[in-house]
Amino acid sequence: MNNPAVPLLELRDVNTHYGAVHILKDVDLAIYPGELVCLLGGNASGKSTTLKTLLGMVTPTTGEVVLDGEVVTHQSTSYRVERGATMVPENRRLFKRLSVRENLELGAYLRTDRDGIANDLERIFELFPRVKERINQKSGTLSGGEQQMVAMGRALMSNPRVLLMDEPSMGLAPALVQANFELIQQIHEEGVAIFMVEQNANMALSIADRGWVLQTGRVVLDDSAEALLANPDLRASYLGEAGQG
Amino acid sequence: MTATSENLSMVETPGVAWRKQIRFALIGALSSAFIALAGMPVGLDGRSIIQPVLSMGFLSLLWVPFVLATIAGSEVVLEGMTARTRDSKDLLAGGIVGLGSAGGLVLLMVLIQNFNLRDPLVNWSPQLLNLLSFNRSLAVGGLLWVLLGLILGVFGGAMHVLPKKLCSRIRTVVLSVFAVSVLETFLTDLLEGFRLEVLTDFVYYKRGGLEVGGALLVAALALLIPLLVGTRIRDVKKQVVDLPAEERKRVNLILLAVSAALLLVLPFFLGKIANELLANVGLFVLLALGLNVVVGLAGILDLGYVAFFAVGGYTTAVLTSPNSPGFSPELPWPIALIVVVVLTGIVGLFIGAPVIRMRGDYLAIVTLGFGEIIRLLFLSDWLSGWFGGAQGITNIPGVDVGIGTVKGTDPRSVFLLVLVFCAIAIYVSWRLENSRLGRAWMAIREDEDVAEAMGVNTTNTKLMAFVVGAVLASFSGAIFSAKVGSIFPTSFLMLVSIIILVVVIVGGMGNIAGVIVGALVLIGVLGGPKQPGLLQEFSQFKLLIYGALLVWMMLKRPEGLVPNVRRTRELHQDEFLQDAWLKGEIDTGDQEELS
Repeated sequence: MNNPAVPLLELRDVNTHYGAVHILKDVDLAIYPGELVCLLGGNASGKSTTLKTLLGMVTPTTGEVVLDGEVVTHQSTSYRVERGATMVPENRRLFKRLSVRENLELGAYLRTDRDGIANDLERIFELFPRVKERINQKSGTLSGGEQQMVAMGRALMSNPRVLLMDEPSMGLAPALVQANFELIQQIHEEGVAIFMVEQNANMALSIADRGWVLQTGRVVLDDSAEALLANPDLRASYLGEAGQG
Repeated sequence: MTATSENLSMVETPGVAWRKQIRFALIGALSSAFIALAGMPVGLDGRSIIQPVLSMGFLSLLWVPFVLATIAGSEVVLEGMTARTRDSKDLLAGGIVGLGSAGGLVLLMVLIQNFNLRDPLVNWSPQLLNLLSFNRSLAVGGLLWVLLGLILGVFGGAMHVLPKKLCSRIRTVVLSVFAVSVLETFLTDLLEGFRLEVLTDFVYYKRGGLEVGGALLVAALALLIPLLVGTRIRDVKKQVVDLPAEERKRVNLILLAVSAALLLVLPFFLGKIANELLANVGLFVLLALGLNVVVGLAGILDLGYVAFFAVGGYTTAVLTSPNSPGFSPELPWPIALIVVVVLTGIVGLFIGAPVIRMRGDYLAIVTLGFGEIIRLLFLSDWLSGWFGGAQGITNIPGVDVGIGTVKGTDPRSVFLLVLVFCAIAIYVSWRLENSRLGRAWMAIREDEDVAEAMGVNTTNTKLMAFVVGAVLASFSGAIFSAKVGSIFPTSFLMLVSIIILVVVIVGGMGNIAGVIVGALVLIGVLGGPKQPGLLQEFSQFKLLIYGALLVWMMLKRPEGLVPNVRRTRELHQDEFLQDAWLKGEIDTGDQEELS
């Protein structure tokens, strides 16, 4: 399934600072088209910063961000969104006072192809029938599971090639986490590459192709999902302390 | 689940909450004493509502027992429960609240008689005592207040006991009489335009206020008119709503055209005072529409909005007035307006650029600072060679529109000009609200980071909000300049920013109709920062009422006087869904947080 020739989104030797604090240290990672990969790590290991750097909300001090072969290190977020990268933010963060429809429309903010937008809306209704039922409701009044669907739908409305997900299972009831990962797989099967930042390592690795483990801003492990699951170092350094999340 | 809700419906809500009544009685006592000491009864005694029975001064006290008793008596019927039948206990409860309110006044009267606290409390005067005791002895006055409080309180409580229909009739009558009395100047002016002075002469007393006969006539009309046409209006409305979408659109268009035509003709039937008043309201509608884009849509709390009004006004003055001290091209107003719009837009960019890097409270404080900086620049000696410092710029000519000149001495022409610009501003706001840019503004208002992640260029979008707001304010400033004919830094105090913000909040943030209603109510009735409203006597209490209204709105009706249609629909949908959930018709499937 992987096409190792051209990575879709890539960090090359990236260092990031917040003020004087060194957050990401020589991070190298590549996401290939159609892959499902995950970035693991404990609290304050730099997971979210990696994601923000990929999408341009944080500019790296040194190193390059490459999107589809083009260096976009100093391009704006909207430039990258236009070229096929989008994210589902942590805790979903819908536009709470706007309706579900308006949330979805905002996902397609940069698009001008009306027909394509209408098609994608239908596609999302097929994927999440519950969203269609709630289309005119204020999104802040939805349940957590429904909000997750709208957040994913909103991201999909930009017709992305790579979807960055920040802690998709955070704040969801344990019963919903499984369903949520199934949704992610479903989206992945439609051909969208997914880059997932997660604390729930077991669950994430069970669906991912590959993964990285980040520790205090440095990539300490980079392997296939099976290998990572079997790796005693991962168990010791990360799963041991964070447990099942 | 169904079983429980059936069980619940047999449970009646508990009886009168006596503690709540006592609390409201105390609130009533404090409010009455506060209003009396704020000087309202004495200050407003000159304005009569019904001559010679009731003056605005007494009304400022009399509403307290009635309104508080009504509020204290209202109960929320919990879903699934039946409302209890109201009985004489509710009348008693109302009476307690009424007595409490009157008690506060009686206590105040006793205190005024025996102590002198005039030093900190300027209104602690024999005059107040005389007024409160109806020019009779303390005992008689006190007894009268106790009686009045009791009657009004019982009456307030009765609003929950009497049948609903009767209550709404009573409310209509009372409010109509009050409204007709408040609108006196306006109605006299209007009816004079139609040569119907006979009517106003009969209804109104010569020196203000309704005649008793006039009040009765108004009350009778308020009773009869709903009886005659009430159901018919509802029927017509229903018919229109039932029409297919296309025809309904046509009906709406026709209605819009008719009301536009009426508005255009209206100024010709109005006298000077009414036109002047509406012109002022229009100027504030323009300002409030602009601020509504910034605060209501983009969620940027700009407390220095008056800066753009000032820049618009001063630029117009410099460009058109022959007395402009530094640079005086004496351009005609329409050409000056183009320069004004461009320049204010640029100033919007300059102020916006540093400001939008900040968020929340920091942003509000910085905008507050910029608002003052702009005013102080116009006041400064440094720039007095350009803007005249404290002397300002005088002799600003009116607007030459070919058929005539629009200037302050002819309020009708000013109102017409304002009307045209309001129409433009309303159209622009309306189109923007439903545009891509409008959606981006709303996204930023809700969550800036996520908006950015969706590809919204937050910097440019926020700057656009500043520029659009600035341009709308500059229209207002340009007309203001030409209308008043002279311009001084004192016209652009921080207070103006605050009042525009209050208009937006009270009307309903992010809502065009709300902004217009807010301007009509606040600027039209109470008056603007310097412009008198219909209740001129209120000018000294204006800020008190503005403040009280703001607090009340924030607590009880945060969506504003005219809530957003969409928001109301959603609220109803919530209720519907909740009902369905209670009945177990919807399976939400998950029990975790409903944030």
